[in-house]
Amino acid sequence: MNWMKCLFVREYQLANRVGGGALIGVLFFLAVVTIFPFGVGPDMILLARIGAAILWIGALLATLLGLDRLFQADREDGSLELLVMSGRPLELVVLVKCAAHWTATGLPLVLATPILSLFVGLDFESIVRVTLTLLVGAPALTLLGAVGAGVTVSMRRGGVLLSILVIPLAIPILIFGVSAAMAGAIDSNNFLVPFMFLCALTLFGLVVGPLAAAAALRVSGD
Amino acid sequence: MTLYDLANPTRFLKLVKIVLPWLIAATVIALAVGLYFAFFKAPEDYQQGQTVRIMFVHVPSAQLALMCYAMMALSSVGSLVWKHPLADVSAKASAPIGAAFTFLALFSGAVWGKPMWGAFWVWDARLTSFLVLFIMYLGIIALWKAIEDPIKAAKVNAIITLVGVINVVIIKFSVEWWNTLHQPASIIRADGPAIHSSILIPLGLMALAFVFLFVTLHLMSMRNEIMRRRIRAMRMRAASVVPAASSSTITKPAPAGAR
Repeated sequence: MNWMKCLFVREYQLANRVGGGALIGVLFFLAVVTIFPFGVGPDMILLARIGAAILWIGALLATLLGLDRLFQADREDGSLELLVMSGRPLELVVLVKCAAHWTATGLPLVLATPILSLFVGLDFESIVRVTLTLLVGAPALTLLGAVGAGVTVSMRRGGVLLSILVIPLAIPILIFGVSAAMAGAIDSNNFLVPFMFLCALTLFGLVVGPLAAAAALRVSGD
Repeated sequence: MTLYDLANPTRFLKLVKIVLPWLIAATVIALAVGLYFAFFKAPEDYQQGQTVRIMFVHVPSAQLALMCYAMMALSSVGSLVWKHPLADVSAKASAPIGAAFTFLALFSGAVWGKPMWGAFWVWDARLTSFLVLFIMYLGIIALWKAIEDPIKAAKVNAIITLVGVINVVIIKFSVEWWNTLHQPASIIRADGPAIHSSILIPLGLMALAFVFLFVTLHLMSMRNEIMRRRIRAMRMRAASVVPAASSSTITKPAPAGAR
């Protein structure tokens, strides 16, 4: 268990220190949310109606942006080889890396969501719903994104291809996340049904993500 | 002859050479008969008029678009589990064919949709799923192009294809769920009217012709890919020999290239 803790701390610190850290993702999130009103007009009623969708798409894009460094930085300095050959289950290594990556980049996005919600004019209950759905759904984005990151790890500029490969996989997450965020009261079935599906997708990602990403990493080792 | 005997590319190429003329003949005959029935025998629809004939291309294309993905997924299992060299080639050959048929299904659907629905595109569940399928195909093709080493590319593609095949089901379900949420009255009825045999027979013929077409194209494309790999191996061998020959003192034997 100790090696997992060490790996988590290492990954978390690296993610925070290299390349601007967590704030750069939040900054990108803010930028995406800011350009929407310029596109659709400063109509607060319209913005409140599509606000949850704006926030979800912003979070999705911000997550995709950070994913290409998930394994690539380790590959460049050679530590990925060491992790593959360390004798630890590579699936667990990937899971720990995803957890650290999400804590460093995904969690700040979730924490920023209530503040950014104010810009699109959401009421209190909508803010709670959007934040809750992102808290549950954003890990699934990272986990499925890890598959794309593992597959494109050997490419020098794999970022765009990674996004193209991951976006189709992220569609169900987006559908159920936005549906739950836009639903009525928090204890009604309108909210609970898509929310449960969202939880299921995260659990699904928890299994498929590390398995597939580890398989891809094993292949791309020279 | 088992599947393992086929793993030898030379033997496979020999088999393709024998089978291919028959397959081409079968495809041409089935297409000719199917198209004749579709254009001259099948009646006009009382509502849709002549545009109903688009269906004879649209439905088989859609069916093949899904079949290609199934082929790709099966080949991916083959290349991951048994490391079957031809499975790699088969998966690579399926992707562009699948993308082409998905495009054909989308295009013929749009052409039919304009006079019938008044729009080239609606965000209907089936259309949306097919658009997502199209993006997945193009992503996989791009991934094939991006990695130079064919063996590595095959494994990486097999992983993303298999993750995709689980996800295709989830995407289909979620898109349908999303669709019923946003527009309760779908344009395509789930329990459509029973199709009369005068249309069903040409449709079946066309479906059969398209399956023949797929097998033909797939085999030809696999053959081309094997040739391409041989050329690549020969080039690498040639490139590694030339400098040794020019120095004229050391004559290194050519390294055994990739298959």
